[in-house]
Amino acid sequence: MEDAARILQLVVNGAAAGCIYGLIALGFVLIYKATEMVNFAQGDIMMLGGFVAFSLIAKFGMNYWVGALLAIVITAAFGYLLDAVVLRRVIGQPQFAVVMLTLGLGFIFRAGAGITWGYDSVGFNTPFTNKTVNMGGLIVGADNLSIIVGTLLLCVVLFIFFNKTRLGVAMQAASQNQLAAYYMGIPVRRIFSLIWAISAGVACMAGILLSPVSMIDVNMGSLAIKSFAAAVIGGFGSIPGSLIGGILVGIVEQFAGYKLPAGFQEVTANVVLLLMLIVRPQGLFAERMGKRV
Amino acid sequence: MSMFQADDISVRFGGIRAVDSVSFDVQEGEVFCIIGPNGAGKTTIFNLISRIYSTTSGRLVFNGQEFTHTPPDRIAGMGIARTFQNIELFPNATLLQNLLIGRHCHHKVGFLSQMAFLPSVRREELHHREKVEDVIAFLGLQRYRDSLIANLPYGVRKVVELGRALCTEPKLLLLDEPSSGLNVEETEGMGFWIEDIKKDLGITVIMVEHDMALVNQVSDRVMALNYGKVIAMGSPSEVQSHPEVIKAYLGGDLEEAA
Repeated sequence: MEDAARILQLVVNGAAAGCIYGLIALGFVLIYKATEMVNFAQGDIMMLGGFVAFSLIAKFGMNYWVGALLAIVITAAFGYLLDAVVLRRVIGQPQFAVVMLTLGLGFIFRAGAGITWGYDSVGFNTPFTNKTVNMGGLIVGADNLSIIVGTLLLCVVLFIFFNKTRLGVAMQAASQNQLAAYYMGIPVRRIFSLIWAISAGVACMAGILLSPVSMIDVNMGSLAIKSFAAAVIGGFGSIPGSLIGGILVGIVEQFAGYKLPAGFQEVTANVVLLLMLIVRPQGLFAERMGKRV
Repeated sequence: MSMFQADDISVRFGGIRAVDSVSFDVQEGEVFCIIGPNGAGKTTIFNLISRIYSTTSGRLVFNGQEFTHTPPDRIAGMGIARTFQNIELFPNATLLQNLLIGRHCHHKVGFLSQMAFLPSVRREELHHREKVEDVIAFLGLQRYRDSLIANLPYGVRKVVELGRALCTEPKLLLLDEPSSGLNVEETEGMGFWIEDIKKDLGITVIMVEHDMALVNQVSDRVMALNYGKVIAMGSPSEVQSHPEVIKAYLGGDLEEAA
């Protein structure tokens, strides 16, 4: 029995870490599906979102929920402006220009955050810090549980948004065919900026959920590399795929940390990615893409 | 007073004048056809009207309102719809979803009500669905209703695109080579639909077309273009017998041809 409990524990912890990877991956996928850009600054936007929440909650003493919500809104607005002011200008340029631009933006964000908030790890009090929940004998950290529940709630909201609202459907339309979307009366550019806003908001939420588990620091965005693996595993273009890819990476990572020699945990995401590329290069949930000419 | 007016419009791409001082007007209820050899600027005129391209000079007027600088996403709401030569549908969606997107510019209920799926949202969705079903019935697309666009044959997709344009409830419909890629029977069918669109739905049509049989069947007036300039305008037979038009299509010297 001891062993089964242990395994469940690992699964829960892994799923929690995986949800974070999945949320960042979701940001990658949303932007990629719509604009065919890969935003390598996604992890750094999460870091900025975390710091904004830290400022609001720890510095200005706001209530956790109010501060978190406000931080998400601020980060989303930042994402909107980032697209409207900077990235819109590189549409139509070679992919490589976008890669360099977003990598460069990542450096700028890290430097900017370092100057503004310093290079030490910071944290703030959350309702989930250092608490545990006893679920029928299984002891789970409230912080990990909040990540899983938060991610699930977000999925429900996003699902309703994309399938039931005019704006969400317009986003789907704009990512399938920009030209046709224009002719249906959809303001495609504004829609793309809104998609950046959603991605940034989701990244901020990931940062806030992650803060009780691992502190906020300037380099926390580097975990986006694992999210990138998660997005590719999920099929890079599938929203459920990115989340499931993330959870898969998270769980495998936990087991690797438990069973395998030290050091393996850090590379497992990429090992899973390599295996996936060999066995099923299109990813778990590949959508049939490409336009017949 | 004409419904649509293009007043001395020009567009230049680098040194090329793709459309060069073109003026024409379209009366309500007519089918106006634009013909001309490849590269004459026909599709470019459509791109100017739908505001994907901006005119270098000139004015565009629709129902007495100038829209030379209106953003492209407002055009559908004004009552101008369009189809494409090479079909621009949403490939990973069903036929029904494609047509419902055509209703986008007619949505009125607010965002939060939609998130909550209030009764007003339900009523509006039902209304849109009825409108879409009317179009499906009009074009006889019932049996493809839930098929993914990617799985439909070319000829059907062409009709779907026409249907999606009709779902926006346009007053003016721009058809870019409605017969291209269609076989003889399908082209005939397209001709009947264009006639029905004009007579039964009362929609004014501007059409770019190469198939002269179709042009003769449906158009009230024809404009011929070459190198971005108007070379003839009038009834289909007048334009087709115009010496400049013959020269543009057959090439060579006018005196020799005559």
